[in-house]
Amino acid sequence: MNQRFSSPRSFPARFLPAGVRAPRSLTIGGAIAALLMSGLVHAQVVVQEPWARATVPTQRASGVFMHLKADQDMKLVKASSDVATHTEIHEMTHDNGVMKMREVDGIALPANQDVALAPGGLHVMLLDLKQQLKADDSLALDLTFEDAQGKRVTQQVTVPVRPLNAGAPQSGQGHGHAHGHDSAPDAAHAGKGHAH
Amino acid sequence: MLPALAGCGPAKLDVHGIDVSGADFGKDFSLKAPDGTVHTMASFEDKLVMIFFGFTQCPDVCPTALLRASDIKRMLGEDGERLQVLFITIDPERDTPEILSAYTQAFDPSFLALYGDAEQTAKTVKDFRIYAQKVKTGNTYTMDHTSLSYLYDTRHRLRVLLRHEQSAQECVDDIRQVLANT
Repeated sequence: MNQRFSSPRSFPARFLPAGVRAPRSLTIGGAIAALLMSGLVHAQVVVQEPWARATVPTQRASGVFMHLKADQDMKLVKASSDVATHTEIHEMTHDNGVMKMREVDGIALPANQDVALAPGGLHVMLLDLKQQLKADDSLALDLTFEDAQGKRVTQQVTVPVRPLNAGAPQSGQGHGHAHGHDSAPDAAHAGKGHAH
Repeated sequence: MLPALAGCGPAKLDVHGIDVSGADFGKDFSLKAPDGTVHTMASFEDKLVMIFFGFTQCPDVCPTALLRASDIKRMLGEDGERLQVLFITIDPERDTPEILSAYTQAFDPSFLALYGDAEQTAKTVKDFRIYAQKVKTGNTYTMDHTSLSYLYDTRHRLRVLLRHEQSAQECVDDIRQVLANT
């Protein structure tokens, strides 16, 4: 089985995704070509303008918002942080005067599209906070992304905490396909993921 | 203001929110402030009252609504002094007086949080015809809830349900109409 990936010069072993199983019928070259075409080798997600809302003492939950852009079809499947016992990915919907919030399995990140986690929609929910989130502090958030082949990559993002009474940053309002953030100077993390 | 209407229902309005002048619900409550004082509408004599029903673990709608309320109060200028903002928790299980006090203070020192026990909270939900439902999520629970802000005139008659989507300016416009038609 290993000989499928026995060409280290053209396909360094460290790039081999543990979770990916190429169909047996594929040749070595075919498998490599398929993986290269899918962009696995250089998969990255750019995280921009992350922020978390500050909490008051003993408040146990808060939301984290950001913009995500993947260079190939990816999915945000998991988030975790040392400041919270549980971290979930939620979607808020607002319909006919009623706000609802639900956990979602993940957030699809279509290639090269800006996906906003913003008030009024998607967010990462920090639950059972172990400490108060104070404005101007920051927290470390691990985001796990999965590509179309099921390969997972986790990257850590430094998330600044904004005051409880802060609204969304102007550029972060709404969600959908607000392009043009590539050159934003406050890009938090240029998506250098480390494979698990 | 309009003697001809004295004794009749309040004048109809042309507002951004939902005009509910003459509504026969959401008339009063009896709930505690974080300092233990029991309040009813009568506690806020001659004030415009704006009520939002929410919970402090809310990541989004509640802080947004309270932020807008503080903008509204500021944009009203001198009339802002006549506005009393109330935050009534629909999650008294987790929203302790300490959290509630710190939470509303973070937006405006004049904002007041109110809470009751489970039974009183259920009564509030019913009396104000709001929607509030506990929903399990992953490791905890969240609350689905009405996101409208209830606006009362200075005679404490429910007049307008301010939509969550309304801008602070649109709310100010609505409030000015209520002030002019009380």
